[in-house]
Amino acid sequence: MKKIARSELNALFAAISAQKQLYIPADTKAGQAQFTLWQDGIVLTDKLNTVRSAKDLFFPQVEQIVNFKVTGKTMEIIENRDVSEPFVVFGVRACDCRSFDILDTVFLADPVDTFYQTRRENGLVITMACSRPEETCFCGAFGIDAANPAGDITCWMDENALYWRANTQKGEELTATLSILVDCDNTAVASMQEKTREILKKLPLNDLDLSNFDSKKLLEYFNADVWTELSESCLGCGTCTFVCPTCQCYDVQDFDNGREVRRFRCWDSCMYSDFTMMAHGTNRPTQKERFRQRFMHKLVYYPSNNGGVFGCVGCGRCLQKCPIHMNIVKVAKKLKEAVK
Amino acid sequence: MQKRIKEKALELLNTGVVDRVLGWKIGEFFYDLTPAVFETAEEVEENFVYSGFSGANLSKYLIAQSRAGGKVAVFLKPCDSYSFQQLLKEHRILRENVYVVGISCDGMLDIEKIRAAGCDGVIAVKENVDSLEVETLYDKKTLNRNDCLLERCLVCKSKKVVVFDEMIGENGEEQETARFEMVAKLEAMSPEDRFEFWRGELSRCIRCNACRNVCPACSCEKCVFDNDKSGLRNKAAADDFEENLFHLIRAFHVAGRCTDCGECSRVCPQNIPLHLLNRKYIKDINELYGEYQAGADMETKSPLTNFTFEDCEPSIIHERGGV
Ligand code: SF4
Ligand code: SF4
Ligand code: SF4
Ligand code: SF4
Repeated sequence: MKKIARSELNALFAAISAQKQLYIPADTKAGQAQFTLWQDGIVLTDKLNTVRSAKDLFFPQVEQIVNFKVTGKTMEIIENRDVSEPFVVFGVRACDCRSFDILDTVFLADPVDTFYQTRRENGLVITMACSRPEETCFCGAFGIDAANPAGDITCWMDENALYWRANTQKGEELTATLSILVDCDNTAVASMQEKTREILKKLPLNDLDLSNFDSKKLLEYFNADVWTELSESCLGCGTCTFVCPTCQCYDVQDFDNGREVRRFRCWDSCMYSDFTMMAHGTNRPTQKERFRQRFMHKLVYYPSNNGGVFGCVGCGRCLQKCPIHMNIVKVAKKLKEAVK
Repeated sequence: MQKRIKEKALELLNTGVVDRVLGWKIGEFFYDLTPAVFETAEEVEENFVYSGFSGANLSKYLIAQSRAGGKVAVFLKPCDSYSFQQLLKEHRILRENVYVVGISCDGMLDIEKIRAAGCDGVIAVKENVDSLEVETLYDKKTLNRNDCLLERCLVCKSKKVVVFDEMIGENGEEQETARFEMVAKLEAMSPEDRFEFWRGELSRCIRCNACRNVCPACSCEKCVFDNDKSGLRNKAAADDFEENLFHLIRAFHVAGRCTDCGECSRVCPQNIPLHLLNRKYIKDINELYGEYQAGADMETKSPLTNFTFEDCEPSIIHERGGV
């Protein structure tokens, strides 16, 4: 275990960013946190979490794939994928860190998504344990310990110091270059963890029990009547999917200007009417089917295909940001009542 | 108020005046109410809530609800009623299938402002006339109610419900407020500074479409930006400038129809002050064509779709200083 005084944080960030690009959560003008490229003057936020999740650094909203240029009868293929450079992301919470495991099962399975893979290899994740969870947090329902997050390096912070523990070889390598960190024992961390775990027990969603979601009941959940009621006021906006750290759907589109075709991929949302549009049209004609897809995916389909692991990490973003306040917790509770 | 509104909902259902009631439904917490349709008295008893967190404007749901068979009751705050009437004017809502209960309003609360006031981990709130007693996971705080109001309520343009079948509480009047203050400040900036201001604000957009989808004036069956046959499909923009333009185009499209209901800014997850764009158009319309409030009545024609010889000339922009 190592530590550094909080007054030295800026020097720590400077030392990391001298080696690699460093992103830290900092406040925007609107007073919300966002992962921001560090440079002198960028200050660590005191907010619990960012509005946009850490996913964005590995799976950006839009990325170029390739361009095609047509001249007469020849077509030139122009490689223009964004080159990813080694980077460090600091201050990732336990929930967001777990979301990488979920994204990995999708993007790193055969056929491997090389765009994502490159960013994963280039990225070093420094997590930050939570000390003031919010009422919307329910990471505990997924066995995530907010007091002891994963990542290449784990940090804890109290009023005086930042504590630092390397977990992986990548983490050890970076730690070895940071002589500014000093050795310490884990007494301070242990007492912080104890405090945090006490708070976690008191969270209003601490008793959320998802053990009823058994893949054998897939069709019963799918056909439950409650979807009509749950989805009736959904605006189909897609906010929940865009702020979600585990939503991973994308679309590949061509922008054709007559001379050149630009092929890019961008986030898509199952909440949208043109999602997975096919030649015959769409098999999710109303918002009810679209809405059902999002929650079935996270609570039933994904666990069925991945040994019971849920496709949600309990970050609470959809609880805070849905314009009509419909969210995965309300859905899970209602489904549990409806399907016995 | 909560009690009277709930009783009214029960009465309307029990006496058969309506088949359904559109209102707000209790959530997991005290602040996360969801717009919902109630079909039975039991549902109302159990789940209906009206509180300072009933900010969601229910008007837009009536486009579908007024066509869903039978009659539906709806509760409209003053600002919501402007949206409702504007939609009536555009023939988007079938008036005969809706029973409107107007409700007087002291302003709606913004949970984001409560959090920002240092109340993270909010678990309970007690609403007093002037103050809020907030309980969090960590402590208790008393906040000034006024500091926690939605932006639109701080500059509420009217306490008057403009269309109703019956009222709960006393109906109010239109009022002068400082709602154009920030627009005037932006107008006074140099073009470069103003450009920077908007680039800065809009750069946070994640194009989640919450602003568009919640907007009562955005009632197209299929938005051009979602329609691949329109040639304008815009799931991703070529660059951030094109992305920024989406908002200008949307604001133009609702100009003269936007009632300034404030929903776009309320729902934006990135806290972008979208209302400033719409208010700029409202202010310009007021100044160039004469005072006009969308949704205020059924008769007055929108200045932007009505030609008169008194209309300003296109050169007005140049005459006003070209910016
Ligand atoms: S579904 Fe909601 S709570 Fe779960 S990971 Fe996504 S945004 Fe977070
Ligand atoms: S659930 Fe909420 S955030 Fe998600 S699409 Fe529906 S209205 Fe938007
Ligand atoms: S804008 Fe006015 S009428 Fe509308 S919710 Fe706020 S205070 Fe009430
Ligand atoms: S709600 Fe906000 S983030 Fe979403 S599209 Fe509108 S401006 Fe962008």
